[in-house]
Amino acid sequence: MSELIRVGMSEIACSRSPDVLATYGLGSCVGVCVYDPLLKIGGMAHVMLPDSSLSKTVANRGKFADTSIADLIAELTQMGALVPRMVAKIAGGSQMFAFMGKDDKLLIGPRNVAAVENALAQQKVKLSAKNVGGNVGRSILFDLATGEVTVKMLNSADIIL
Amino acid sequence: MTQFADLSSIQLDAMREVGNIGAAHAATVLSQLLKQKVQMSVPRVSVTPLTEAAEFIGVPEMPMVGVYLRVFGDAPSKILYLYPKEQALFLAGLLLGETYKVRNILGEMEVSALKEIGNILTGAYVNAFSNFTKLNMISSVPALAFDMVGAIVNTVLADLGEVGDYALIIETKLTTSDSSIDGHFFLVPDSDSLGVILKTLGVNGECQNSSGSGCRK
Repeated sequence: MSELIRVGMSEIACSRSPDVLATYGLGSCVGVCVYDPLLKIGGMAHVMLPDSSLSKTVANRGKFADTSIADLIAELTQMGALVPRMVAKIAGGSQMFAFMGKDDKLLIGPRNVAAVENALAQQKVKLSAKNVGGNVGRSILFDLATGEVTVKMLNSADIIL
Repeated sequence: MTQFADLSSIQLDAMREVGNIGAAHAATVLSQLLKQKVQMSVPRVSVTPLTEAAEFIGVPEMPMVGVYLRVFGDAPSKILYLYPKEQALFLAGLLLGETYKVRNILGEMEVSALKEIGNILTGAYVNAFSNFTKLNMISSVPALAFDMVGAIVNTVLADLGEVGDYALIIETKLTTSDSSIDGHFFLVPDSDSLGVILKTLGVNGECQNSSGSGCRK
């Protein structure tokens, strides 16, 4: 029986086929799915903020793109996955509110996406697909049996990455 | 800095009381706008882990209209209104007047009307809050999103993650007597603002948590 594992904001979860990892209501946050197709092992991180150096106290490493992706890769490696086999798919990072002006804090979505891509490159994990940006909220389902990531949005058809 | 998780019950009560005063003014203004009675719930003050923020209102994928404003000044905060789409359209129609025919889309006119209502209510809330606490507060222009409620709430709360794992949410429900409007209203102080607000209320030293950490004496 496959289990549906919910990943909340700033959380990381790893599992194996046939489980499904899910996160609901991604706005400016980015959902990062990393998969080892050979072992059918995968993990999901729900990244809130671009950089752990923003924080005075990094109590929860899952919040930041750099620390969260490092931990996700480490956990998958411990389960037997190998970095050269890993593929990443990401979704989210939208700008939900179109504010006037250029308040840095409000452009957190695009900054999260850039930081996630950067962190994946640093970990030498290949980014194979993404559905990011815009001004829409997203939910994602990551099927560990197939490696498929289904992106759900309110006013458009599901997208499969 | 005062950590949200360390708040004593007296401090939470004090925050509820300022929420009450602000919301009462907002409810009065809304009732004048709608020309009918508006009931206000006793504010719910909750310290919510950010990991559970998407579920705060209910099903995270439920479509809702969110009007979001920032409050600047002595105690920077965020203000968010959430309404189901039909209610948002109904509310917009009330402001747009008799010549406007309610339609089922959130067009430029409807969005503009809802933002204006957000402005008016926030003005009332922030004024009352500011008078009571003697803190200087001013609100930004409103922004609007119609999307999954989880995505709206997550986006509004995300930057709190820079300093902590919790959000202090003061929530009030504003309901008209015929239940045509049943909106959620949230005030979320920035992490640094909580200590400032508690200090002006004279309860900053009432720390009753076991460790005493994170409390200003």
